[in-house]
Amino acid sequence: MVTGDPLPETVVAVVLMLALTAYAILGGADFGGGVWDLLARGPRAEAQRQAIARAMGPVWEANHVWLIFALVLLFTAFPRAYSALGVALFVPFHLVLAGIVLRGAAFVFRAPAATAAGPQRAWASVFGAASTITPFLLGATLAAVSSGGIRVAADGTVTTNAVHAWFSPFSLLVGALAVALFAYLAAVYLAVETRGALQEDFRRRALGAGIAVAVLAAVLLPLAPRTAPHLWELVSERGRWLVATGAGLALLSGWLVWRRHFLLARVAAVAEVVVLLWGWALGQWPYLIYPDVTVFNAAAPDPILRFALWATPVGLLILIPSLWLLFAVFKGENPQAGEPPGSLDPKP
Amino acid sequence: MDALLAARLQMAISLGFHMIFASLALGMPVLMLMAEGLYLRRGDPRYLELARTWAKVTAITFAIGAVSGTALSFELGLLWPRFMELAGPATGPAFTLEGFAFFTEAIFLGLYLYGWNRLSPRAHWLAGIPVALSSAASSVMVVASNAWMQNPVAVETLLQDPQRFDPVAALFGNPAWPVMAVHSTLATYAATGFMVAAVYAWAALRGYRDPMRRSALRMAMALGTVAAILMPITGDASAKFVAHNQPVKLAAMEAQFETEAGAPLRIGGLPDPETGRVAYAIEIPGMLSWLAYGDTGAVVEGLDRVPRELWPNVPVTHIAFQVMVVAGVLMVLVSAWYWWVAWRRRGSGTDVLADRRLMRGLVAAGPLGIIALEAGWVVTEVGRQPWIIRGVMRTAEAVTPAPGVVTTFIAFTLLYVVLSATLVWLLRRIGHGPVPGVTAPAGPGGGTGRPAAPAASARGVGEDAGGSTGLDGGR
Ligand code: HDD
Ligand code: HEM
Ligand code: HEM
Repeated sequence: MVTGDPLPETVVAVVLMLALTAYAILGGADFGGGVWDLLARGPRAEAQRQAIARAMGPVWEANHVWLIFALVLLFTAFPRAYSALGVALFVPFHLVLAGIVLRGAAFVFRAPAATAAGPQRAWASVFGAASTITPFLLGATLAAVSSGGIRVAADGTVTTNAVHAWFSPFSLLVGALAVALFAYLAAVYLAVETRGALQEDFRRRALGAGIAVAVLAAVLLPLAPRTAPHLWELVSERGRWLVATGAGLALLSGWLVWRRHFLLARVAAVAEVVVLLWGWALGQWPYLIYPDVTVFNAAAPDPILRFALWATPVGLLILIPSLWLLFAVFKGENPQAGEPPGSLDPKP
Repeated sequence: MDALLAARLQMAISLGFHMIFASLALGMPVLMLMAEGLYLRRGDPRYLELARTWAKVTAITFAIGAVSGTALSFELGLLWPRFMELAGPATGPAFTLEGFAFFTEAIFLGLYLYGWNRLSPRAHWLAGIPVALSSAASSVMVVASNAWMQNPVAVETLLQDPQRFDPVAALFGNPAWPVMAVHSTLATYAATGFMVAAVYAWAALRGYRDPMRRSALRMAMALGTVAAILMPITGDASAKFVAHNQPVKLAAMEAQFETEAGAPLRIGGLPDPETGRVAYAIEIPGMLSWLAYGDTGAVVEGLDRVPRELWPNVPVTHIAFQVMVVAGVLMVLVSAWYWWVAWRRRGSGTDVLADRRLMRGLVAAGPLGIIALEAGWVVTEVGRQPWIIRGVMRTAEAVTPAPGVVTTFIAFTLLYVVLSATLVWLLRRIGHGPVPGVTAPAGPGGGTGRPAAPAASARGVGEDAGGSTGLDGGR
């Protein structure tokens, strides 16, 4: 629906991006934690897993709600896009769902290795595997909507070129990049929240993931102009400085990890992810699904957009102080953050 | 199996699965708050132990509820894309507000579950209040979206002149909403109360009869009873609204094939849509007319008022309705029995928990709440067919054109089966244990959470030594 005033659509789209950003830097790190759970090695493997569980325990469900919020905003404000995505990404989204369900269930089902019994052992490995596959699929989805492989006819008929949209090297690499970035975020956060040998473990992991991000980005850059020409054109035209900033932040964050300034590294890592995502958004603008569905032709009627716009600040009035309380109580540079995993028991 | 059937079944199973956890997410925080409140008031660590055990259960069920709810949000678009294209904007505001309720709930639950040592006792208890309030709010909100599917207020405006569509008036000015919201939200408390009561009755039968478990049972029954008594009252309001708003659904619920003045209430029975007869039903003359319109002679519209292809599945709707009502009546009776025994035994030194017949009854009644709740939703949703939005869009028009629905249906059903099996296994291992460092006052049963001595030596304990059965297994 094209209306005279493009403002409401634009603002809702920005709010949607903000929700996605929050999900990436909070929920993304929870996925990254799962990756490190899967890859836990060496004499301190169990201690690493416990640190991960401790860090995620109090916050992962709140972090997860950002995804739901983004989803609801998408179908409320851009119903045509939601409908088309549901058809085009029927299989990948079902896989994402299975991943989300298994990851969440596994997190509460499993138990520390020492006390795990029966099915709990199996669930322990499900947790890491689902945490790795899900962000891969989510990253590939972002690539798919930019690729031009999903076409939506005027009557709403959706055709998907699966090879182009979904199995292209571009999509697969973006998926891998998402996993590496989230693993990097998680390792940096965990380095802030641990001490001693454990902190060194996560520092090394952060550096490893950082290198993986750099390599993947280096492979992706030459691919982008051919596979996602539109995205590439716009990013290089409008967003050149953004890409440069992102690369700079990545280097800065890596250097800070190297020098063990973990708190600062955390800030830089978050900024890096934010810049990358918004660079993508800027390149994508105004398309939701390139090249047929835009923020403007998919938008819901104005009164609904206005409702979403008014509800958001009012909701944030409750949300922000509550989130602040949650993170103030459990996060911060505190080696003993949270309770021991696997037991929610109060202590004297 | 065709795609439409697979999609409907996948939706039904996902919703039915979610509802079990959603119910517990509404009811358990109330019980947790009651127990911890008593601990703060009386300083008896047994109540702390209770609150802590219930918090563990809540932690697990909440996570499953959250992920199954996420699955639902995706599935609305995956299975019913055409529906979401139309209904997304109309119902979206309800889901948006529900989203804020989820946030509040998840945040404060995090504080509650992990904050035992980081918050003062009072602050900890206070952190539980937003959990209970926001889960109730999310239930009330999400039902607004379902109520719009039953009674799509202002849908003409949405279709013809969308710029003038008022989502707030359409969703929250919908007369179907308050009726459904009250009945279905209360249902979750009834379901939780009876399930929890059954666990403690089961334990009592196995010899666990200490004061902590006695008060646990009492709290669960208090919650269950208040809700159970309100169910028939609010259900009657629901039925009256359905009679007025969805006469075809009412006709299917009551197996009323022909329009009739002075329609009878049919209890039980097996309706046959081919012949229009109901076999084996007990009929109370004029009763349906009276229940629906307050007049034993009133005309009740039958299924004959609409063409056959607009009928919902009559046997399913009718039987599900009977199941809900029978379960509801039984729940009221069992509640009365419990309070009668508790009142009779007050002060006499004998224990409600020792009344084996009552305990067996409570165990048997445990699933009734959740059965009634699932059956009620079957009535509401199957009775709405063939419409996905009543009178506007058919379910068959809304279903996804994407191939593979049968596969996803089977895969997700298996997924839910595996999850349920693990959950049952895990919940059985959660046991009561004393809270380290909090000393119990002297006195009978003081704070150990072990079976009351005489009964325990009689039965149950030996079997529990393995630590994997019964309420006291596990850590
Ligand atoms: C503990 C659960 C429970 C119990 C004991 C009852 N109900 Fe119920 N009922 C529900 C749980 C429920 C529900 C699952 O929550 C429903 C589905 C939709 C809704 O709003 O509530 C429902 C729906 C529902 C509807 C359909 C509403 C609609 O389609 O819009 C009617 C007519 C009744 N109920 C009537 C009753 C009566 C007369 C009861 C008498 C005992 C009763 N219910 C007990
Ligand atoms: C409160 C919000 C709810 C919404 C928005 C909702 C939405 C839907 C949708 C879109 C469908 C598929 C289309 C159709 O078959 O008409 C459906 C079907 C169904 N839902 Fe719901 N639902 C809700 C609550 C529930 C709950 C809580 C239950 C049960 C526990 C439930 C049980 C069912 C069943 C059994 C069907 C299949 C009906 C059939 O196809 O015959 N619903 N619902
Ligand atoms: C009458 C029907 C319903 C009731 C009473 C209900 C209630 C609840 C409650 C209390 C929760 C939070 C506790 C928990 O996570 O277990 C929850 C979670 C959730 N529900 Fe439902 N729900 C219903 C139907 C639906 C439907 C139809 C959808 C989506 C289409 C849905 C989507 C969600 C989502 C996304 C969550 C996760 C929120 C989180 O991460 O905390 N629910 N539901």
